[in-house]
Amino acid sequence: MPAEPRPRVAVITFPGSNDDRDAALALTSLGAEPVPVWHGEQELPDVTAVVLPGGFSYGDYLRAGALARFAPVMEPVRALAAEGGLILGICNGFQVLCEAGLLPGALRPNRSLSFVCRDVPLTVERTDTPFTARCRRGQRLSIPVKHGEGCFFADSELLAELEASGRVVLRYEGESPNGSVAGIAGIVNGDGNVMGLMPHPEHAVDRLTGSTDGALVLGSLIDAARRATTVPAAV
Amino acid sequence: MRATVLVRPKPGILDPQGEAVLGSLRQLGFAVDDARIGRLVDLELGNGDPEQARATLERMCEQLLANPLIESYDIELVEDP
Repeated sequence: MPAEPRPRVAVITFPGSNDDRDAALALTSLGAEPVPVWHGEQELPDVTAVVLPGGFSYGDYLRAGALARFAPVMEPVRALAAEGGLILGICNGFQVLCEAGLLPGALRPNRSLSFVCRDVPLTVERTDTPFTARCRRGQRLSIPVKHGEGCFFADSELLAELEASGRVVLRYEGESPNGSVAGIAGIVNGDGNVMGLMPHPEHAVDRLTGSTDGALVLGSLIDAARRATTVPAAV
Repeated sequence: MRATVLVRPKPGILDPQGEAVLGSLRQLGFAVDDARIGRLVDLELGNGDPEQARATLERMCEQLLANPLIESYDIELVEDP
């Protein structure tokens, strides 16, 4: 049996990104070909998926993600999202997606005002997304968070809409580490092809560092990217 | 012209910094009912039509200086004598 094709996944580096290498390592170990892309690029390489990694783009100045959203590369990212391409924003990437309007809501400083860095238990609410297809509904995942501004905020109207349309994909189990409304840890957009989450799946793919539950999230993304890459055989 | 933009967390938005400062002020013995922390942006704009400047400042706030979902803003425009 021939080896499965390695789908190409762009990993964007903004000035201040610091999880881009871990994201690329995780993607490689799980069967993808990561393609590093600098934030100043006007075009994306030929990819079907993009990861916006964690870190502190532009030093988190003004608001986390507020300046990265205007980086040149965000134009083609926006265009890919509009075409149905897969976009995963992790931590700072989630903040960038919210500021860019590709996801609703906003991320505010943690309720505790402390930087939180630990494994957190999560519940998978949706498995019919390109980011969680390898999970079971209700499955408990352990994935680390490390952030100072991860308190997801949606006003009551938006929250009701997110809940009613099933766009909450991951929820903190028990007490939220940051004060997020309704314990929200990860959401998708209306079309389901853009996801943001505060926990770091790329830091949970190797037994050496504990949990490997992050591989379920990134593996799902790679499966979906591979499907999108594969050209259907001519009839 | 100079402008000062004041950006505030909207009412009802969790403001842990404000809460922490409120607690500290009370600990110091000050009678304070509430404290909220926002952001101040001073801008130098050069000379021009104040009305136009105000419209431009509104756009700056909507696009970048404030996140309208969670923050409100006030613009103070000071014309140079």
